Amino acid sequence: MTPLQGCLLVSALLFAIGLAGAVTRRNAILALVGIELMLNAANLNFIAFWRYGPHPEALTGMMVVIFSIAIAAAEAAVGLALIIAIYRHYRTANLDEMKNLKG
Amino acid sequence: MTWIAQNLWLIPVLPLVASGVIAVNKQPQRKLAVTLAIGSMVMAFLLSLCAFSATLIHHGESGVFREVASFNWLQFGGQWLQLGWVLDPLTAIMLVMVSFVSLLIFIFSVGYMAHDENFTRFFCFMSLFAAAMLGVVIANNLLLFFVCWEIVGLTSYLLIGFWYHKPSAAAAAKKAFITTRIGDLGLLLGMVWLYAETGTLNFYANGNGCLEQSALTAMVTHMTAAGMAVSTAIGLLIFLGAVGKSGQLPLHVWLPDAMEGPTPVSALIHAATMVAAGVFLVARVYPLMSVHLDGAAAETTALTVVTWIGALTAIFAASIAVAQTDIKRILAYSTVSQLGYMMLGLGVGGVAVGMFHLITHAFFKALLFLGSGSVIHGCHEEQDVRKMGGLKKFMPVTFATYAIGMLALAGFPLFFSGFWSKDEILHAAHGWPVSHIPFLLGCAGALLTAFYMTRQVALVFFGEYRSSGRQSAHSSSKTDKHEKSAPTHVGGYEGKDEPHESPAVMTVPLVILAGFAILLGFIGTPAWPWFDGFLNGEPAGFNFARLTEGGTLGLMLASAVIVFAGLGLGWWFYGKRQRKTAEEPDALQVMQPGAFALLENKYFVDEIYDATVVRFNAWAARASDFLDRWIWGGVVLLVTWVTLGLARLYRFTDEFVVDLGFDTGCETLREGGGEISKWHTGRVQTYLRVIGVALVVLILFLIWGRKA
Amino acid sequence: MSPAFLIIAIVTLLAAAAAMSLRNLVHCALSLVVALAGLAALYLQLDAQFVGFAQILVYVGAVAILIVFAVLLTRSDATPNQAILAPGWIAGILVSAVVFATLGWAALNSPGLPGEMPPTPEATVKNIGDLLMTRYVLPLEVIGLLLTAALIGAVIIAMKEEPLSDASRSRGNEAHSSKKLEPPHVGSYEAENGGHA
Repeated sequence: MTPLQGCLLVSALLFAIGLAGAVTRRNAILALVGIELMLNAANLNFIAFWRYGPHPEALTGMMVVIFSIAIAAAEAAVGLALIIAIYRHYRTANLDEMKNLKG
Repeated sequence: MTWIAQNLWLIPVLPLVASGVIAVNKQPQRKLAVTLAIGSMVMAFLLSLCAFSATLIHHGESGVFREVASFNWLQFGGQWLQLGWVLDPLTAIMLVMVSFVSLLIFIFSVGYMAHDENFTRFFCFMSLFAAAMLGVVIANNLLLFFVCWEIVGLTSYLLIGFWYHKPSAAAAAKKAFITTRIGDLGLLLGMVWLYAETGTLNFYANGNGCLEQSALTAMVTHMTAAGMAVSTAIGLLIFLGAVGKSGQLPLHVWLPDAMEGPTPVSALIHAATMVAAGVFLVARVYPLMSVHLDGAAAETTALTVVTWIGALTAIFAASIAVAQTDIKRILAYSTVSQLGYMMLGLGVGGVAVGMFHLITHAFFKALLFLGSGSVIHGCHEEQDVRKMGGLKKFMPVTFATYAIGMLALAGFPLFFSGFWSKDEILHAAHGWPVSHIPFLLGCAGALLTAFYMTRQVALVFFGEYRSSGRQSAHSSSKTDKHEKSAPTHVGGYEGKDEPHESPAVMTVPLVILAGFAILLGFIGTPAWPWFDGFLNGEPAGFNFARLTEGGTLGLMLASAVIVFAGLGLGWWFYGKRQRKTAEEPDALQVMQPGAFALLENKYFVDEIYDATVVRFNAWAARASDFLDRWIWGGVVLLVTWVTLGLARLYRFTDEFVVDLGFDTGCETLREGGGEISKWHTGRVQTYLRVIGVALVVLILFLIWGRKA
Repeated sequence: MSPAFLIIAIVTLLAAAAAMSLRNLVHCALSLVVALAGLAALYLQLDAQFVGFAQILVYVGAVAILIVFAVLLTRSDATPNQAILAPGWIAGILVSAVVFATLGWAALNSPGLPGEMPPTPEATVKNIGDLLMTRYVLPLEVIGLLLTAALIGAVIIAMKEEPLSDASRSRGNEAHSSKKLEPPHVGSYEAENGGHA
């Protein structure tokens, strides 16, 4: 197992953990946390490939990750604002009870 | 063209208009109806006199005077069907006779039908009849002739069945119509064949008419499949029409039953005019019937047939008349017999001979019928001669005129017209080259005529009044049923049930007709054959020498003897030994019960017809009904069932196959959609799980895609 | 696979697992902080210094705190013995297991992955700044807009709706008070209103 593969495995596991949490926990905030974990796993993947791939001096991977972090921050802010707004309406942060879009 | 020939159409149109106006009047107005009817007839008579005088003026100029007017009526393919009228001596003499006799009978009807509530309807129909009959007379075109012929038949039906509430009258009208229809079929076929042969239905049209030389020559040379010349065949077909209308054997059965109609109807239609129309038809198409390969001769096949039928009818009907008891029925059979004489005359002697007897017969037969009407009216609607008697003293004018008519009919020599006209016929029959039998039959018929007329007059006017049934019902002094009623007991009856003379409106026409019955004879004597000459376009003058030539005088003597024999026999049987009561058997019946029964029952002709023709017709009708109901109807039913079955099948298919299939499909779609929509739980985490799965699938596709 | 790497990786993973499975939400948030920090260490290990520090600054310093704030704001006084797992959580576990399996298998069996570590790149801040301003200037500007929008959006979404409800409440109060102070000559109108009410 090359170091790269090790990094990739770690990132995959992190991703899986994040996914498991997002789809398993009741609380909406924890779902968001899971999503953040997934994003971070992806970021790790990018950095790993940047470091071990060809032309690391082009800094492509790093750029992507920088932007990804920025976006993740914005998304976390908005998501949490949404959760707060929803909490005010439903008086609960349980994802199960927010099924008005039921078809 | 003379003014009158141009306007000859007015003569039938005036009574037609009168009839129409009477018909559309909502409230029956007697005075108006009478005025219109008699007024139009007077006008028609005056115009007929105009026509007659015009003919007289031009008489003797270059052949027969004939003026024709035609007009186009209907376009028929490339040709025009024409209608038109003709003015020639035959037309003129018939016009005068018809209009004059009709006028007198109309006047008589005013009195006779006074008590009837359908007075105006009577005059409407009578005017229509007069119009149609005059149309028949002036028609130059066989089509117009046929149309007017049919209208005549229609009005005859309407008038015979005038008292339609009586079942016997309705049945008689039906019988008359149907029987004449059989004859009319022959006329129609002849007409169509004639048109096919000659291309025209006009009688006279400047040389192109179907009775003119070129057409006749074409027809006589053209042979039919049966070896008969076309002219003969067409002539016989047309004669069939005359047989029906003029009551010749075997289609005579309707005429006696037609006596169900009112007496003026019998007088006008069934004595003087309509039945004479058949004779007139034969006279009109005489050129066609007499044309012969060797030039015109009087021995053509067609004319032979006419002669034989006429002769047989004459003797047949005369024999039946001997045994009848209804006063009008005796006269009816007498009419049939005399029509036979007319046909005989046409066949053996030509147009003039037959037409002369027609003219004289019209007058004295109308007289006799009107007289019988007067008698019936006077005896309070009694028609059985056995219940009459001794009316001579009650109704003197009627008796006098009736006697004159009877003598004219019997052919009393020298003074009465019947003698001269019948003699002409017998003279011509005597000289007929084909056979002597018609002559003998004619003589026998003359004997019988004299006999039965004497019987009738004796029973009605002589002896004592035998209507004892009425007398016991009405009179206040009760007399026994079988008591002899002597003339001195006249005062013993109540005033109203003794027979009374008819009013003047009825007796004046009788007198006028009687005058003509005497005078008309003199225009056709052998010494002065004016009538013959008039019809043939030759001038005639007095020539007593003709009396002695060709056995004429001998024949006159012979017929006189026959007439006297008949009169004598009649008087001996019925005049001398007067019957006392109404129920007594007839004198002849006592002598020859079997023969008398046969004659009384009219040789059972009606019964034979009923058993054969009528029964066959009924069977045919039933068979047709069966066919129609079950065979054609069966086919229709079958089609109906098939259609219904198909319709049901379509409906079944539509409902269960198409609809159900479609509905099931839609249902499945809906349910499927419903099921799929349940996947939208509204729960985010479910969606995420699905996305996770999708991610895995995508990765796998990518990996394996790349590998491949 | 140096031991340092392994230790940091294990710590990160454990913290992440803890973040996803603890009952107390604040504990989850704090575990998340640890996980994020661990990731930052991994970045440093991989010679991505700027990213690592940016990660600490942004994620740990902002996002995690934000999460803590959200947890505190949405705390309900409900019983703490509520179930923490959503219904059908087994399916979720299964799905994530499958995902991990797939990714892991892909990572391990992909051919052509580079094995050798190339020489250390020069990832100075200056270089990053140069690239940002030249080559990646558009994404930079877009990110700026995005952040602005996110900021405004989050504020608006999370804002309380009090001004509107206040206004309606005060209007209602005014109406009631005006009715009581009405002079008598408009009494009929009042009566009508009362009747219609």
